Amino acid sequence: MVNGLGGDLTTMDVRINNLTVSFNNHPAVHHLTASIAQGEWLAIVGPNGGGKSTLLNTLAGVITAYEGSIEGLQPDNIAYLPQQAKLDTSFPITVSELVATGLWYELGFLNAVSEKQSKRCERALAAVGLQGFENRAINSLSGGQLQRSLFARVLLQDHPIILLDEPFNAIDSKTLADLTIVIKRWHRNNRTVLMVTHDLGYVREHCPKSLLLARECIDYGKTSDVLTEDNLRLAGQHSEAFDANAPWCLN
Amino acid sequence: MVELLIDPFIDYLFMRRALVGSVVVSLGAVPVGLFMTLRRMSLTGDAMAHAILPGAAIAYIISGLSLLGLTIGGVLAGLVVAALAGFVSRSSQLHEDTSLAAFYLLSLASGVLVISLKQSNIDLFHLLFGNILALNEAALSLLAFISSLTLLIMAVLYRPLVIECADPTFLRRSGYASAIAHFGFLFLMVINLVAGFHALGTLMAVGIMVLPATAARFWVGSMDWLLVFALLIAFAGCYIGLLFSFYFDLPSGPAIIISIGIVCVSSILFGSNGGLLKKQVSQRHLAG
Repeated sequence: MVNGLGGDLTTMDVRINNLTVSFNNHPAVHHLTASIAQGEWLAIVGPNGGGKSTLLNTLAGVITAYEGSIEGLQPDNIAYLPQQAKLDTSFPITVSELVATGLWYELGFLNAVSEKQSKRCERALAAVGLQGFENRAINSLSGGQLQRSLFARVLLQDHPIILLDEPFNAIDSKTLADLTIVIKRWHRNNRTVLMVTHDLGYVREHCPKSLLLARECIDYGKTSDVLTEDNLRLAGQHSEAFDANAPWCLN
Repeated sequence: MVELLIDPFIDYLFMRRALVGSVVVSLGAVPVGLFMTLRRMSLTGDAMAHAILPGAAIAYIISGLSLLGLTIGGVLAGLVVAALAGFVSRSSQLHEDTSLAAFYLLSLASGVLVISLKQSNIDLFHLLFGNILALNEAALSLLAFISSLTLLIMAVLYRPLVIECADPTFLRRSGYASAIAHFGFLFLMVINLVAGFHALGTLMAVGIMVLPATAARFWVGSMDWLLVFALLIAFAGCYIGLLFSFYFDLPSGPAIIISIGIVCVSSILFGSNGGLLKKQVSQRHLAG
């Protein structure tokens, strides 16, 4: 076990109740209700502008202005993997330092990293195939290596709920296969995995459940039931642009 | 020859105080400046330097060249502008540089208005360019206090600041830590600009924060070495600048900043870590 995964976890379902997230009063996610049981591996899919990343960022607590409610999520029970574009890779830190930022909730402002925590960092890096990269500056990493580092940080955080925002963008097939093994291990160990992706082939092959989102929830449930021709056509009709003349929503 | 390098500081108390004062200011200002450059806030520091000027000017009208008055006035003006700009940028779609520009201009205009209404013949030269050669013990104590406070706060904020720089979304999720790091950093920036303006003037204070950090990035690549190099460059610049100031009868603040600036430009050209000339020379490389 890389990081003690598989230990007893308290039941931690996620409930999204009538969630609306809006920008300048226009909804990016509109009246979404869903219940995600502990241990589910859920893919959030949909067209560009459909609100997938907005939903994930809201669940992660990065976006806070919303209507409705979210239950079961706390900052210290979520491990969040952001899109790589949100990182400043020019910042002068090493791979092990980046991974160790995952210890923030254990260390806080002042505590030093213990020997045991250093070993956990090493094991997390080893689990994603980055042995020997500990002292490499993050600006010298390839996209795939950086993504492995971020996965190592998620492993290190050892949280029951894992949010992944476009985890497989611009990575090669070997990295994809290796990181899929990591996600399957989380799934086996009863972690809840919520993953935003555009890769419907991957979702059909690996993800048991899906949420098809085109600002509003098109369908939610077993992947084979959700990713149907009809549902995808319906999602495809979603307009990316906000309607400047839209009336106020009365729901 | 060696005497030329040492004698001014042995013979003259004001030179010793100037050296101690500038080194003490560097101890606090350089680590803050390093994070300013890494967070792409170098020009934010310049705007903030303008923001503290009206506070100091108004304090001058009320209490004259009182050390405490100028300090409180500068810190208050800076903190109000920093807090307003930080709050607006974190709770609206405005980027921080834009909201800061709006509030510092408002602050600057208010300061100029108050000064003109009072029809005071204020000695702006002192505020703009400082007077490191006139530092007395009270001023040195104040600078030492600000630097000590800065190092203590920086030790506490170091980890969240690094996380904020590398992965800004990570701490945003934790609610308080991101805000503490951000506003704590703005506080450090303001108090160090105020320390800097006592020694070097409001316009030069940003120089001792930004230039050593910029130069160091062309020599080393890790945070700990960046801190060490930037401090060494600042110390050397203070020493050399004071010597030039002494022998060539130059204003000391600009002499210090120009000395550090020369190191900075040389680093940009010749630095081993991405210097412009090194890029032109064909590089040897390892086999794997």
